[in-house]
Amino acid sequence: MAEKAPKLTRIWNGSALPLDRVARMNMDGFQMAVGEAIARGWRVSTLFALNRGEDTGLELVAVFADDARATLHVSIAAVENNWFPSLTPACPQLHMFEREIYEQFGVVPGGHPWLKPVRYAGPFPGSATREIPDSPEIGRAEYFQVRGEEVHEVAVGPVHAGVIEPGHFRFQCHGENVFHLEIMLGYQHRGVEEAALGGPHKITQRQMETLAGDTSIGHGWAYCQNLEALSGAQVPPRALVLRGIALELERLANHAGDLGALAGDVGYLPTMSYCGRLRGDFLNMSAALCGNRFGRNLLVPGGVRFDCDVATVKDLEDRLATAEREITQAVNLLWNTPSALGRFEHTGAVTRRQCVDLGMVGPAARACGVEVDVRCTHPTGIYQFTTIPAAIAHYGDVNSRAFVRWLEIQRSLLFLRERLRTLPEGPLRVDCAPLAANSLVVSLVEGWRGEICHVAITNVQGRFARYKITDPSFHNWMGLALALRGQQISDFPLCNKSFNLSYCGFDL
Amino acid sequence: MTMPPLTDLLVHLLLLFAAPPLLLGVINKTKAFFAGRIGPPVLQAYYDLFKLLRKDAVLSQTTTWVFLAGPAAGVVTVLAAGLLVPFGQHAAPLAFSGDMLLFAYLLAMGRFMTVSAALDTGSAFEGMGAAREVTFSSLAEPALFLGFAALARLTHSMSLTDMVAGIGAGQLAVLVLIAGAWFLVLLAENCRIPIDDPNTHLELTMIHEVMVLDHSGPAFGLILYGAAVKLFVFAALVVDIAMPVPVAEPLASWTLFVACVLALSIIIGVIESCMARLRLLTVPRLLVCACLLSAFAVVLLVRS
Repeated sequence: MAEKAPKLTRIWNGSALPLDRVARMNMDGFQMAVGEAIARGWRVSTLFALNRGEDTGLELVAVFADDARATLHVSIAAVENNWFPSLTPACPQLHMFEREIYEQFGVVPGGHPWLKPVRYAGPFPGSATREIPDSPEIGRAEYFQVRGEEVHEVAVGPVHAGVIEPGHFRFQCHGENVFHLEIMLGYQHRGVEEAALGGPHKITQRQMETLAGDTSIGHGWAYCQNLEALSGAQVPPRALVLRGIALELERLANHAGDLGALAGDVGYLPTMSYCGRLRGDFLNMSAALCGNRFGRNLLVPGGVRFDCDVATVKDLEDRLATAEREITQAVNLLWNTPSALGRFEHTGAVTRRQCVDLGMVGPAARACGVEVDVRCTHPTGIYQFTTIPAAIAHYGDVNSRAFVRWLEIQRSLLFLRERLRTLPEGPLRVDCAPLAANSLVVSLVEGWRGEICHVAITNVQGRFARYKITDPSFHNWMGLALALRGQQISDFPLCNKSFNLSYCGFDL
Repeated sequence: MTMPPLTDLLVHLLLLFAAPPLLLGVINKTKAFFAGRIGPPVLQAYYDLFKLLRKDAVLSQTTTWVFLAGPAAGVVTVLAAGLLVPFGQHAAPLAFSGDMLLFAYLLAMGRFMTVSAALDTGSAFEGMGAAREVTFSSLAEPALFLGFAALARLTHSMSLTDMVAGIGAGQLAVLVLIAGAWFLVLLAENCRIPIDDPNTHLELTMIHEVMVLDHSGPAFGLILYGAAVKLFVFAALVVDIAMPVPVAEPLASWTLFVACVLALSIIIGVIESCMARLRLLTVPRLLVCACLLSAFAVVLLVRS
């Protein structure tokens, strides 16, 4: 490639930028820019299509994260003739994004190795020229098949034996061994991105908080941060700290629940029972903060809605001290049980190489030794003033994923103790001005599952022309599929739980 | 063939038919205690059975009569097997030379029918469960038979009742080995941890439970009842070997037997509370261990 790749536009997490300052390029330039970005070790945070009207036509927007320098890089590329050469063969982490673009706008990524719809959701508003891909009926699709003597197929879901979210899993098995797993989701598509068009509406905040029910604070924060950036609002320090407390409480509740559920999946009852209860204790602490166990309605663009008075701080400190003592006992019980560790170790391993290629995020990536944690690499809010070291493990197996969770529990507890002790005084919220017109903002938040990416693009009136949400699960589901290769099919529930990905966060 | 006294016969039948669900209650209470929970009532298994018997059943259109014959055969075979096992020092209602073969094959027949009913649904899950069940039971069966062989050699008899009655003169090492082997068989046959997890809802990890996923209502009630009886019968078998202390007084002897069976349930509950279940691939190793324990018992006797 003799030609020099066009430069991407550098921005920061949670800062708005006028659209006309974003680097524009044609498809050839875009291809080179993506190649260079990947070569530099940048991650793809999101890639989506955008249709702002007749004069601009269809465009691709890409956001890369440079974890080493705390910068984000964006570019916009024009799509011609509803076709662009697929980047997936060179950059596998784009595979799901390209499928999504194909489904939403009918744009064909030529040469994509496995082009099929993601959610069977039908066309996105603004995809005027779209040809609907065949068979929009959910679940009825081609699945990758292994043929041969004694090879058999096991189909699980979308209705499961437990009360969990719907998803279809297709295993290609040889006896108890899994050759390949294909995961088909989309059963819970509600059209959150479509609903946000023309917004912000009154209900949008509520919809963001229920986008993935266990990540209310994470998604709510990303949304609020976008609105604050677009309106130039400065969130007061007390609100920043309260947001941090709420996010870490959410992480604690979910990590505690996950460790308990992992113990339950291998039939180890004590840790399962104790952690199950402790999850409830952490949720109740969120309720003490705002009246809702999942932290709904706590966040509001410009700050937080509820204050935490001196009595509540004292109460939370006491409860945290008790919970810390109890969870240490419960989890150490697990680490001291050889039969449980025997199930965890070497099960469902993802290599570091696979993890980087797939662009995995969150605890699942940190368990492979990849240091991606938005709180460290792209800090916003309270994380700009305090550091939570990223928790790393190295083997990429169920044990590593469990251990990363345990490290994060300990670090979050430490963070909460510090923050509660030094809660700054001051107002809780500021009012947000109307949103800046024709602007783009990217918000990354480290939810308990990993990097949450919200991108807002406003039109001339300062309303949303596009609101793109990328849940960490969107990056990680393929990681689960790879973790299962060469494993026992009976270990699938354990692997699945160790990732604990969101179905509805993926389905949107 | 000798008949036991009438009171012994009645107590045997009463225990065999009515007591089994109690063991599940005791196990669950023990597990709840370890988990720091109150747990379900001890009689919960009875409530569940009555609830299921009052329910309607949903039958898949792809199934045939085999689907319902499975649960029925499952209950009948274990009850019949229970008539062959002496409870403590008291002779079994049915005892004849070679009855331990009938015992083993009654259980095998029950399993054959359960597996057939599972395959009858045509579901990938149930086929998977059936394959696992058959594989593991084919490894558990030698442990049972080698134990019978050792006992037959020890007591010079081919009937369970005479074997248990003749144990008093036996060698301690042999009895410990057989009791250990049969306890592992008990765990495997009754899908307890560490072989299987009776409480899991994860269909891909199940062995026994996955075969009965499609059953509902009274048929499912029969399956649960049959499983409880099977647990009780195996517990009686292990107690017979492990507690050969002769007690003359019938009342005391029956009390001792019941206490031992309950104690065994508590031991099962403790095991389930203290360890995780094995990876499916390592289950055969445990069962081969059980076979080896029984085989050593035989070796000890052949040598002497």
